Amino acid sequence: MKRMHRRAALSVSAILIAAALILIYVPGLLIPETAVAGSFQNAGLPPSFAHPFGTDALGRDLLMRTLKGLSVSLTIGFLASAVSAVIAVCAGIAAASGSSLADALVGWLTDLVMGIPHTILVILISFALGRGLPGLFAGIAATHWCSLARLIRAEVLQLRSQPYIMVSRRLGRSGAWILSRHMLPHLLPQFFVGLVLMLPHAILHEASVSFLGFGLAPEQPSIGIILSESMRYLSAGMWWPAVLPGLTLVAIVLFIDRTGDCLQRILDPVHAQE
Amino acid sequence: MNRDKKHFPLFTCALRTVSLLAAVSILSFALVTASPVDPVQQYINGLKTAVSPEQRAQIEDYWGVNDPPVERYLNWLSEIMRGNLGESSLYRRPVADIIGERFVNSLALMCSAWILSGLTGFALGCLMGMYRDRWPDRLLKKLCYLLASLPTFWLGLLFLLVFSVWLGWFPIGFSAPIGVLREQTTIGQRLYHLILPAVTLSLMSCPNIALHTRQKLCVVLDSDYVLFARARGEGRSRILFRHGLRNILLPALTLQFTSFSELFGGSVIAENVFSYPGLGSAVSAAGLNSDVPLLLGVTLCSALFVSVGNMTANLLYGIVDPQIREVSE
Repeated sequence: MKRMHRRAALSVSAILIAAALILIYVPGLLIPETAVAGSFQNAGLPPSFAHPFGTDALGRDLLMRTLKGLSVSLTIGFLASAVSAVIAVCAGIAAASGSSLADALVGWLTDLVMGIPHTILVILISFALGRGLPGLFAGIAATHWCSLARLIRAEVLQLRSQPYIMVSRRLGRSGAWILSRHMLPHLLPQFFVGLVLMLPHAILHEASVSFLGFGLAPEQPSIGIILSESMRYLSAGMWWPAVLPGLTLVAIVLFIDRTGDCLQRILDPVHAQE
Repeated sequence: MNRDKKHFPLFTCALRTVSLLAAVSILSFALVTASPVDPVQQYINGLKTAVSPEQRAQIEDYWGVNDPPVERYLNWLSEIMRGNLGESSLYRRPVADIIGERFVNSLALMCSAWILSGLTGFALGCLMGMYRDRWPDRLLKKLCYLLASLPTFWLGLLFLLVFSVWLGWFPIGFSAPIGVLREQTTIGQRLYHLILPAVTLSLMSCPNIALHTRQKLCVVLDSDYVLFARARGEGRSRILFRHGLRNILLPALTLQFTSFSELFGGSVIAENVFSYPGLGSAVSAAGLNSDVPLLLGVTLCSALFVSVGNMTANLLYGIVDPQIREVSE
């Protein structure tokens, strides 16, 4: 089998992911509350034509709940990783700005965040903000910037020794000018690639922290909550609430990962080889 | 700084660890203080008896709730230095006892998962590197990427479903059979209950180490000395054992030590899925029930665990690899 051209592969996966996202988002927003309302007449039904994912123990349609849950999880994941990527860029630039104090401070902060297991740090932050959406969001945003910040720092350090930056400095351009005109455009691909590659981690973390019970309220559909509810009925042999929503989550994560990979190979070929 | 590193690598490491632990304690204390959850109310809820406003004021006074945060932090810190981590409002026992008891369980789980993932990951990585770009490599690489995208808790759920519910090979949770006294459980029973969580946890970090080992082995196999060895007529396995393993074992071991943070985070999830009574299930219970002393205790414990791993990795590099020692000198 001949390998697909990389750009073609990217377009295909980008189209697929866009289609999947639309498929998740539009129904996720449009599905009325009544569609996920429970009815005890059809509680615990296995998958069928009327209910492709089956129904849960309260008679709610699991496909609808999964779609709604995924739209919530994706939104949180995307916003949190966007904030995290911005933090990473700021921290990386500050660390490479030439001040050894800033470098030491950022390095120490990175060590601090990496020094507590992420799950525990997210639990702590979520506890500090009184559990729920803001805590979850802040927790995920605060824990995912470290590796990207290191990459950006290395990149900026390397850029600073480039001839065109030195020439620009000799020409009397200010640091801010060089930063905005020369550095930031150069960092843009890394920012986007880092963002897309961070997204799956953020989504998985959101799911696992909600699974532990620190995220959204139980009546809100989130993929982690659906899965944690499914655990109660596992021993009764109800497999569909655990398997099907989980598979959907994994499929989305794989898609995003693949897109990020293609994106990295095109935008940032040097680092893609590592 | 450099001078220090040259003469006392252990000293610098220890200093760094202590400063990080201090920072972790400040950070976690600040986070817990910022929480809108009222610990006094949680404590009173846990008592399950009516408390008059006077008694409440007495408790607040005894706990120093109305003292300034810095003073509370210093009090807390000095108590910790004396080994007093406070009393858990959830379990009604000293936190140090709970952590000590549960840490053994968690350690058994994490150790077995750590060894399992290290061995299988390393072996798979070697296999992938040796059959680079051929079908075993491509298949295993796909598998690794797939495993890396699986949420740990979902993997645990699937395992429970398949092996415990459908096949009935393994128990559905806990670290010992239900209804048997703690003293009467045998090692065999405990191991039997450990298998499923440990496998779940090891599958989480396995792809990481496998892909890393593969990449390092590929670099080694591309080198001139391997080309020369091949020209001399050395076989595939001989090249691996003579030239490959020596070069890739240390990076793999270091990576394994720096993965302590992930390991602990994963064990929180795995212990919750399998209702395994370790630190991970304690921390989520503490967070959900606003048990502040236990939450802080486990956080410090996890940070200590992670920094021990990082410190070992750093020292290992210096001791085993003469190149790095020379560079730092």
